[in-house]
Parts: sequence; structure tokens; C-alpha cells
Amino acid sequence: MSNPAKTRVTINVNGKDMSAEVEPRTLLIHFLRENLNLTGPHIGCETTHCGACTVDLDGRSVKSCTLFAVQAEGSKVVTIEGMAAADGSLHPLQAAFAEHHGLQCGFCTPGMITRAYRLLQENPTPTDEEIRFGIAGNICRCTGYQNIVKAIRSAAQVMAGQPRKEAAE
Amino acid sequence: MNAPTPTRAEREAALKGMGFSRRRTEDARFIQGKGNYVDDIKLPGMLFGDFVRSPYGHARIKKIDVSKATALPGVVAVLTAEELKPVKLHWMPTLAGDVQMVLADGKVLFANQEVAFVVAQDRYIAADAVELVEVEYELLPPLVDPFKSMAPDAPVLREDIKDKKDGAHGPRKHPNHIFEWTIGDKAAADKAFAEAPVTVKELISYQRVHPMPLETCASLASMDKIKGELTVWGTFQAPHVVRTVAAILSGIPEHKIRVISPDIGGGFGNKVGVYPGYVCSIVASIVLGVPVKWVEDRLENLSATAFARDYHMTTELAATKDGKILGLRCHVLADHGAFDACADPTKWPAGFFNIVTGSYDIPAAHVAVDGVYTNKAPGGVAYRCSFRVTEAAYAIERIVDVLAQKLNMDPAELRLKNFIQPQQFPYKSALGWEYDSGEYPTAMKKAMETVGYQALRAEQAQKREAFKRGETRELMGIGVAFFTEIVGAGPSRNCDILGIAMFDSAEIRVHPTGAAIARFGTKSQGQAHETTYAQIIATETGIPADLIAVEEGDTSTAPYGLGTYGSRSTPVAGAACARAARKIHAKAKKIAAHLLEVSENDLEFDVDRFQVKGLPEKMKTMKEVCWAAYNNVPAGMEPGLEAVDYYDPPNMTYPFGAYICVVDIDVDTGSAKVRRFYALDDCGTRINPMVIEGQVHGGLTEAFAIAMGQEISYDATGNVQGVTLMDYFVPTAVETPVWETDHTVTPSPHHPIGAKGVGESPNVGGVPAFSNAVIDAFKHLGVTHMQMPHDAWRVWKTAEKLGLVK
Repeated sequence: MSNPAKTRVTINVNGKDMSAEVEPRTLLIHFLRENLNLTGPHIGCETTHCGACTVDLDGRSVKSCTLFAVQAEGSKVVTIEGMAAADGSLHPLQAAFAEHHGLQCGFCTPGMITRAYRLLQENPTPTDEEIRFGIAGNICRCTGYQNIVKAIRSAAQVMAGQPRKEAAE
Repeated sequence: MNAPTPTRAEREAALKGMGFSRRRTEDARFIQGKGNYVDDIKLPGMLFGDFVRSPYGHARIKKIDVSKATALPGVVAVLTAEELKPVKLHWMPTLAGDVQMVLADGKVLFANQEVAFVVAQDRYIAADAVELVEVEYELLPPLVDPFKSMAPDAPVLREDIKDKKDGAHGPRKHPNHIFEWTIGDKAAADKAFAEAPVTVKELISYQRVHPMPLETCASLASMDKIKGELTVWGTFQAPHVVRTVAAILSGIPEHKIRVISPDIGGGFGNKVGVYPGYVCSIVASIVLGVPVKWVEDRLENLSATAFARDYHMTTELAATKDGKILGLRCHVLADHGAFDACADPTKWPAGFFNIVTGSYDIPAAHVAVDGVYTNKAPGGVAYRCSFRVTEAAYAIERIVDVLAQKLNMDPAELRLKNFIQPQQFPYKSALGWEYDSGEYPTAMKKAMETVGYQALRAEQAQKREAFKRGETRELMGIGVAFFTEIVGAGPSRNCDILGIAMFDSAEIRVHPTGAAIARFGTKSQGQAHETTYAQIIATETGIPADLIAVEEGDTSTAPYGLGTYGSRSTPVAGAACARAARKIHAKAKKIAAHLLEVSENDLEFDVDRFQVKGLPEKMKTMKEVCWAAYNNVPAGMEPGLEAVDYYDPPNMTYPFGAYICVVDIDVDTGSAKVRRFYALDDCGTRINPMVIEGQVHGGLTEAFAIAMGQEISYDATGNVQGVTLMDYFVPTAVETPVWETDHTVTPSPHHPIGAKGVGESPNVGGVPAFSNAVIDAFKHLGVTHMQMPHDAWRVWKTAEKLGLVK
């Protein structure tokens, strides 16, 4: 029921310790969006299927709509807002999504890029099939995924130090 | 030292005009999590609204007790129909000329219907309060099967209009009948069928589905009681129409209402209509004087806002023995749910379904559509298609395959035999449309050659033999579809929404330094308008696209327009854009002539400059002209450089395409694997090839979803089934096939730049291509039709019935 006692949680988000009083039932996605105003991660369903809320938590991809904020106490969380370098330069994945038209409406993009980031940490040289499997927890309704796969493949090459291949046309 | 003079090619590259795969200007914010969607907006003192919804499909409301909910700390108000009655907002008009309950008034007519609206300090408290509202229902018999809607003993659903003999679209035959819409020459069609040596007939159903954009519908209303001004942010594909409707419904003058569509997370038709959630957030804000936000969850989205299709099309063709089509008849039973809330142009209760003669020269045709009420959610939106065009394309592309089967002809060959020929354009169809341009045989042949069509057929024959011999458990299917769309609504002579003609608009303001801002009446939901409109202006004016800001969606700044759906942005607003840019060009030319002290007739335009014919070094760049527009114009000319254009298209545009799909079906599991999908699209002039390809990929993926798995179904008691992502099929990257895209270019003769629109073509052509491929795999066993979606269970059932499953 409403107004249960609030709990203080402290979570390291994008490199900074962030602290707030939350209800025990407050979802991590609402902590990020409502308490911290990090509106990059989105909510697209309530069944852990769409992946729009994906963030990185202690080196794993998690769907922040399916975790309570209190479960993330003391953890390190990275959201899309923490993906670019401190000097503002884009992460190779961010650059590649724009270069290869890997997004349209943009709603899945923060979750998709955050997921792809972890995928490439785990498997720096994925095949197309591995990329498709690796992002199967993230739904995109606009692109048909083909250009997302291309973008992730291209970012993997850039991160491995290979020369960047120009997109077609 | 001066930089070297750029070459013409360098100047063109810097311009990034039409035909250039310009990277999207939208992307910078989206890839960094800085998009601005409705739920990202927060206002001081903002409250949250949430709905109490009906657990039943058809029931009378005996009592609503909100006392426990209102007693909950943090709850500010609970609205029911009783609270909305004094302001006459318990019902609202629909786009289709019907009325719809905002909150249940006396009874509920579909599962998950809106019954009460709880307003609380945060979304958690609102959700708690929803659970505390007690509603007593008395169950009524549900009506689920549209084929039983007009039975003499069918329960009467709409008591509010049960005695009305006439609806918005003419006479009603039954209390559950909405309209009958007919078109074509019935006598001529009947004669063709009476005389034809060959006829085929099939009930082709297109199941109820949902567009499911990743962002659900949402609104945030903020009433400033001091100024008397209402601001509404919402997921609106047509913000200007929303403002007009809000003004009419609320009584607030239109100039005191500002409607803003911020970034929209996909629309696909879902965000065209006006929903109870929008109305309730607005009413609550007006009553309470504070901002009220409403965001639906996924279950609410799939079960209550905007279904699509649910068309049951009994389709017939008459033909000669050698395959010349002589006539078409089609009767459609259209399930509109509990309220007729179809998002069609007002005079078109069945949309543009009369494009059902497709790409073929059919001399006689007749169509009749009966719309009926059932205990299902209202809607009837165009899910990534022009109004009822995907239904029409599915009917004709399926029935042509059925005819080919009966004639023992190849389906591609039958299509080639019946195409409207290039010299027949502009072509007047038997059902009243004037097709603008097409090169159908060229496109079909290019598609067949590219995929190696004959070799695929030979492989299929071999595989069938191998199957018979027991060497494989796979059957191969080849699906051919050739679609013609009708988009770009539309000419004011036949298209309006609630009396507002379906024009669209562009406004361009050029600044002294040669940069510009352009605003439009449309609203992108991912279609890259910010990128592509700028390319049109760049080519027409010589101002580099990178120096043009494009804005849409704010009714206080953008010119009035009818919004983005039905692939109308490029055909209508894109035309307005080109024409406004040409007005800028014309004035700029006069200024350039004045600066160069020559006659206008002595000037020619070259990429980014006006130069004297034969003396290219004597020239003024557009940048120089822009500066001069603010300090040195010819005597008698107004200073400044701005233009507005409101474009009323003379005709629709008719994009077309040839799609070929190859599937391999495992008869023991029913799984149909798409081995290859080739899509050739002709959308006329191509503004940005990268964006077009992206649109085609996305549309094909949505077509794949519909054909292979999507369905919103109801059980016999009216419970809606499969309305979370646990059940509703949305393909991930794993299921989604790899797409091959191709194109031909046949410009529209009446569009200023010859563009036709493309966003929805792949859905329209894709669905029949998948379906035809799956059915083709079983054709040699006598199967003429299989009901979509072709999920593994349905396909397996077909194989089982044929005795193929061991």
C-alpha cells in the first residue's frame, strides 16, 4: 500500500555516487528517471521483454524495470548518459548507430546501445548471428535490426582498432 | 590566402540535397539519451492519472464505489462518467462520425474499457488507488463473432443509438450495423461473372492486430487557470487536429490551446486517434488546475487503444481460361469493435479499400463493406499503411494467387498478363481511382531476374519430389506480391478530417547569414523529417541542408497541417516544402539579378548560386543573396526571405513494388523459415536513399510480424487474449529475416518533385508476399488459402490435416 517507509539507497551511476530516499517498491528505472532525471532509459513494457530500460549493472546488462532500486544498493550502474567519454566524444557504438542508420524513432536506442556495449565487452568480435542473439532481449519496431547489426559490427571493428569502414552510399 | 574555389561536385556534396544519403540530424540526441518523449517531461506539481478498467467484455455497471480510493493518502480525485457529465465529456466524437464513451456510462462494451480515472501524486499511488475502486457489474451476453453481429437475436450493444436508422454513413440494417459502403458497377461486375469461363472465390480474413510502437500512448495536460491557457504534450501524429478537437470539446478558444508533440517513439497509426486517456488528463488538469500526466502501460496499449485490420473479405475473380481477369467482386465484413473510431478521412468509412483492384487492368468491379459492432476495443487504424490499403492489397494479391492455382498458371506470369501497362497511365480504375504513374512489368521482371525466379521454381519442383521420396521433411514456398498503394491523402475534393481538408503545409524563414528554419504541419515519429525536408529545401534553394533547422509538432509555431500517417508527409507536406522553397528561390533570383545588374532571364541557377548565363564567374551565391535580402533588395520589393505554402494535392500518389519471398517449411514443427526476401520499391523520386532503405527494412519487419504471428484475439466470453509482450508477437533480431532491397524510379507526374512516399509500402506488399509464400508451399496438395498469422501451430495444423505429419 502507499506511503510505506522510505529507504535511502546509494548507487554509483555513471561514475558518481547518487543517493535518494525511495520506497522499497521503487523500480530502478523510476529511480533513474524520476529521482535522477536520467530519462535516456525508457519504459516500453512491464514484462521484461522490450529492453528499452536496459542499463549496465556491475558489468551485466539488466532491465531496470524489473529490479527494485534497493536491489542496486552499492552497485555501479551505467546508462546511455554515461556512454560518451568525459570530453563529450561519442562511444564508437553511438557513432556507429548514427553512421549506419541504426535508429529511427530513437526510443529503443539507449537500451540497445547499452546492451550492445556489454555484448562487445563479452565478445569483442561477434559474428552477425552472435550479434542478433546478443540483442534479442531488446526490441526495435522501426529498423528491422539489419542496420543495428551493421552498426554493432562496425563499432566492434573500430574498438578493435581496425580502420573504420564507410557505410554504403 | 583565399581557399581554392570549390568544384561543382564539392559544392553539391556540401549542399547534401536530394538523392544524397545524408546522415540524420535527429540522431545526435537519441544516441546520447537526450530525446524528449512525453514521459520525459516533468512539470512542478504534476499529478498522475491511471485507469480503472473493465474486466468484462459486456456488462452493465450497477455501482461504482470510489470511497476507499479517495480516502487513500495521495489520491487527489477519482473521475467517473458522473463527474464528466456536467461538462458533457463523458462521451466524445470519433473521427469516423460515431461517439465513444470516455468513461463507461452505464455499461461496458469491451474488456479493459476505461471505467474510472484516478488522479494521484505519483504513479505508484495511482496504481494502488485503481485497486481500491469497487465496481459492481451485471454480466450481459458478449458478442465476439462479427459474423453473428447482425443475427436477429444478437445482443444490442449500443443502446445509445439502438433506434437510429441512419448512421454517419447512411442507413443501418441492424442495431449492431454501423454502415454499408458500396462502390463500383454491380451490374457490370455481375455480368462479367455470369459470362466468365473461370471464377474463383475465397474468404480472405485479415486478423485483428495492433501497431505496437515501442513507446505507448501518453499525454501531459497543463491548464493555467489565470491565463486561461491549456498546454498539452502528447503522443500525437496529428497535433493540429488534436488542438482543434480539444477546442471544440472543451470550449476553450483554439488560440488559448497549445498542443505539442515532442519526440514520438514510433506511431504506425496508433497515435492518430483521440483516446480517453488524453481527454481525462486534459479534463483533470482543467478541473484541478495542475498538470496531469497519463501514460498507458503495454497491456493497456495492446488491449484498448487502436487495433488495426479485422477485415473479413470474401473476394472473387472472374477470368478467361488463359488468365485475363474480367471482373472482381468483394464483400467485406468489417469488425469495428464497440465504437466506430476508425481513423479514416471522414467520407471514407472503409478507407481507400477500393484500391482492391490492385495493379491489374480489371474492367468491372464491385465492392461492398459492412461495418459492425462487437464487444471489442475500438480503433481500426492504418497500421503502417494508408487507410485500409494493406487489407485491399492482401485481398487482391491472395486471390490472384488462387486464380493462378485454378488456371494452373505461374502466379508471376498471371500478374504480368494482367498488369496495367505503362501507356495506360494516368489509369482510371473500375473502382474510381486515377493511378498517376507506373512501370509495373519492368519492376516485376527486374525482381524475377534478380532472384532467379525460374531457377527457384525448378528447385521447388525438385524439393517436392524429394519430399515425396521421403528424402526431406521440408517444403519450399515462393511468394510473389505486386502491390500498388494509394497514399498522400489528400485532395480536398474528397478527403477531410471532421471537415478540415487534408492539405499540408510548409513555412520557411531564411536568416541573413544564409541559414534557415523550416516548419511543417506533419510530425515525424522516426521517419527522419528533420533530415529529409532540409534536403528538399537545399536542392531547391541552394542553402546547405546542414544550415536548415526543421521543426514540427508545436501548434504555436508550426503552420496548420493534418499530420503524419498514410504515407502523406512526402506526398503532401514534401510538396508544400518544395513549393515554399521555390518561392524563396524565385525571390532570391530577383535579388541576385538586382545585385548583378542583369535581367532575371540572364541568370541560371547552379547548385548554390545564381550565375549569368555564359559567364559563370559573374555570380552571387545564395549566401550572398540571403544577406542582401535584409539590406539591398530591388526597389519596391519587401525585405526578408520567407515563404509559406499550403498544398492541396491534385491527386493521390501510387507507389508500387514487386516482392518475392522464399520460405522453407518444416512440416513436423510447422516452422516457416524465411530463406530470402527481395523487395523492389518504386516510390518515385528518392530524397534520401539511406532513409528509404531504413523505412523498407522496418516496414518489412512489421509485415513479417503480422503475417507470421501477430493477433489480438478474444475468447467466447469477450476476454481479450495475448495483450502483453509475453504473447503478442514482436520479432527480435533473431527471428527477423535479412532483407534485400532494390528500386526502380517512376516519378509522380503531379508531385512537384515527383516523390510518392515509401514508409508503408513494405507493410502493404510484405504481408501478401509472406502469406503467398507459406501457402505456395502447400499448393501442390490442393491448399488454396490458409488463415494468417502463419505461426508454427497453424502451419503444423495444415500439414497435419494433409496427412503430412508422421
